[in-house]
Amino acid sequence: MSTVTFREALIRAMGDALEEDERVFLFGEDVAAAGGSFKLTEGLLERFGPKRVRDTPISEQAIIGTAIGAAVMGLRPLAEIMFADFAAVCFDGIANEIPKYRYMTGGQVSMPLTIRMCNGAGGGFGAQHSQSVENWFLNVPGLKLVVPATPADAYGLLRSAIRDPDPVLFFEHKSLFNTKGELPDAPAPIPLGLAETVRHGEHVTVVATQMMRHHAMRAADELAVAGIEAEVIDPRTLVPLDYATIAASVDRTGRLVVVQECPNSGSWGATLVARLVGERLEHLDAPPALVGAPDTPIPYSGALEELWIPSVERIVEQVKRTVSY
Amino acid sequence: MPKENLTVANPPAATPEEQFDWLHTMLQIRYFEDECHRMFAQGLVRGSTHLCQGQEGVVVGACRAVGIDDKVLCTYRGHGAVIAKGAPLDRAFAEILGKANGLCAGKGGSMHLTDMAVGAVGSFAIVGGHLPIALGVAFEAQYNERQEVTLCFFGDGSTNIGAFHEALNMASVWKLPVIFICENNLYGEYSPLATTTPIERLAQRADSYGMPGVTIDGNDVEGVWRTVSDYAARARAGAGPVLVEALTYRQKGHSRSDPAKYRPTGELEAWLERDPIRLLETKLEHLGLERGHLDDLRATAEQEVMDALERARGWPDPNPERLEEDVYA
Repeated sequence: MSTVTFREALIRAMGDALEEDERVFLFGEDVAAAGGSFKLTEGLLERFGPKRVRDTPISEQAIIGTAIGAAVMGLRPLAEIMFADFAAVCFDGIANEIPKYRYMTGGQVSMPLTIRMCNGAGGGFGAQHSQSVENWFLNVPGLKLVVPATPADAYGLLRSAIRDPDPVLFFEHKSLFNTKGELPDAPAPIPLGLAETVRHGEHVTVVATQMMRHHAMRAADELAVAGIEAEVIDPRTLVPLDYATIAASVDRTGRLVVVQECPNSGSWGATLVARLVGERLEHLDAPPALVGAPDTPIPYSGALEELWIPSVERIVEQVKRTVSY
Repeated sequence: MPKENLTVANPPAATPEEQFDWLHTMLQIRYFEDECHRMFAQGLVRGSTHLCQGQEGVVVGACRAVGIDDKVLCTYRGHGAVIAKGAPLDRAFAEILGKANGLCAGKGGSMHLTDMAVGAVGSFAIVGGHLPIALGVAFEAQYNERQEVTLCFFGDGSTNIGAFHEALNMASVWKLPVIFICENNLYGEYSPLATTTPIERLAQRADSYGMPGVTIDGNDVEGVWRTVSDYAARARAGAGPVLVEALTYRQKGHSRSDPAKYRPTGELEAWLERDPIRLLETKLEHLGLERGHLDDLRATAEQEVMDALERARGWPDPNPERLEEDVYA
């Protein structure tokens, strides 16, 4: 066991995947010679050489297309789209080609590709480099969405994503890169679709991913002082979603608060709430609540961005309202 | 026009037997699409259909220039390319009819004919969307050090979409073995090329990607075959991609709902005189084939198509449980 940063865990996962499987190759803008814009691929070119770790032009459509074609032919492409916001410029590949290829061909092909993207606000990157865009893909069956919050999850889930026979969008939150956590000496892949109950509690279920999971944990500590025990669940993957774990928790606590770093409109949290209400209204003792961002672009100013991101304080307030309903 | 001399020898002229075989496939495609057109007109099949009638010389010439292990990607106007690559007529019909035995189990339809078994890697319905995908298909062969090439067919309209630029640029930087084949049929949907594109010779665009570009007569099947053979040899040798502009003509409208009234008077008639099937038949007659042989071939191809259609129509619809299969592995 050793303490590593989120960044180190990602580099190790990619290195181990490249080591394990000759079919894996890593490519994207400045991922090779420069070691990545956020130094997330540092040292991999030196270890694996220019055949398997490759720089590309600034051409997101070409990157995604290359991943698709190579995956169809049996390679395991590991592509990087530098900022998740840039998924918009290659949306055709992600929404029209990747998730439909197997289906449209009647199952003739597999799509074992992984696309890594940096998401997340909090760094003052402004409206086009800060979004958590997972919701864009929620309405596109055929994709898997992975949202790790800790170094151990980043490692284990990335290993599973690369091994997975289906296409995986893997989101790396920029505010987490320097956070630290324990990683075993021989870490195992973590299956996709398995939530982690990060904290046990009896009064309310709080569901959150990535940075919001950490905010939720701090909120839970504050709430505990006030005598409210929150159960915090990190789904870790939005597709597939471990609905059973969340539903079982809500059945026990009777109360649900979802915290998400995005506007609530058209969000995974809203989708989760709709399903829980539809299927287990009788278990609910209070209306399920969403703590999300306002329906605005992400502002640049630190003073405004701080207001945009769901804060620990807002989570505490909402949980108190929900528990006292 | 190519700026460099090709380092490979031209292939020998095709034998009359080879050309007779090409004609056979071109006729199969022609009759296949006659039946598609008829079935759509009668409401027997769903959605839309985009016929490649008049363009058979490009796909047959190009596909005959490569082998079964080489790969082909094409557009929603892809019946011809997929059949030319070797997909069976009956399962192609079955796909368009939405049958369980269709090439794609009835889940793709006319615009998505795919037969991985013969290297027909996909038909794509987003204009230009498959050009970047061709890079990955070619990359896999390069990565695994197999000397295979990827043919990527697309229309003139695709050269105005951003993915065209990204794909040709990166294919050239990575020296990928892709033959980009632009079937310039003069219309992007309903708009004449001249109203959407500031140059006439689309092959010129190759210059900015540092790859050879050549314009050829797409209705001369042997010329297409010769050009693609040359460039395929070049690509197999590691010299990278090329852009071939094949001049041809879409004899039917864009899709089944388009009567193509925007065409100037006489244009269609002039191009019908240069129909690739007629041109090849005339050439074979000059080479000494008897007219009767050619008539027999037409009858054979038509019968093969009709038999295939009859088989396809007898096959069952997909089972309901297939609806939710093939989304994930």
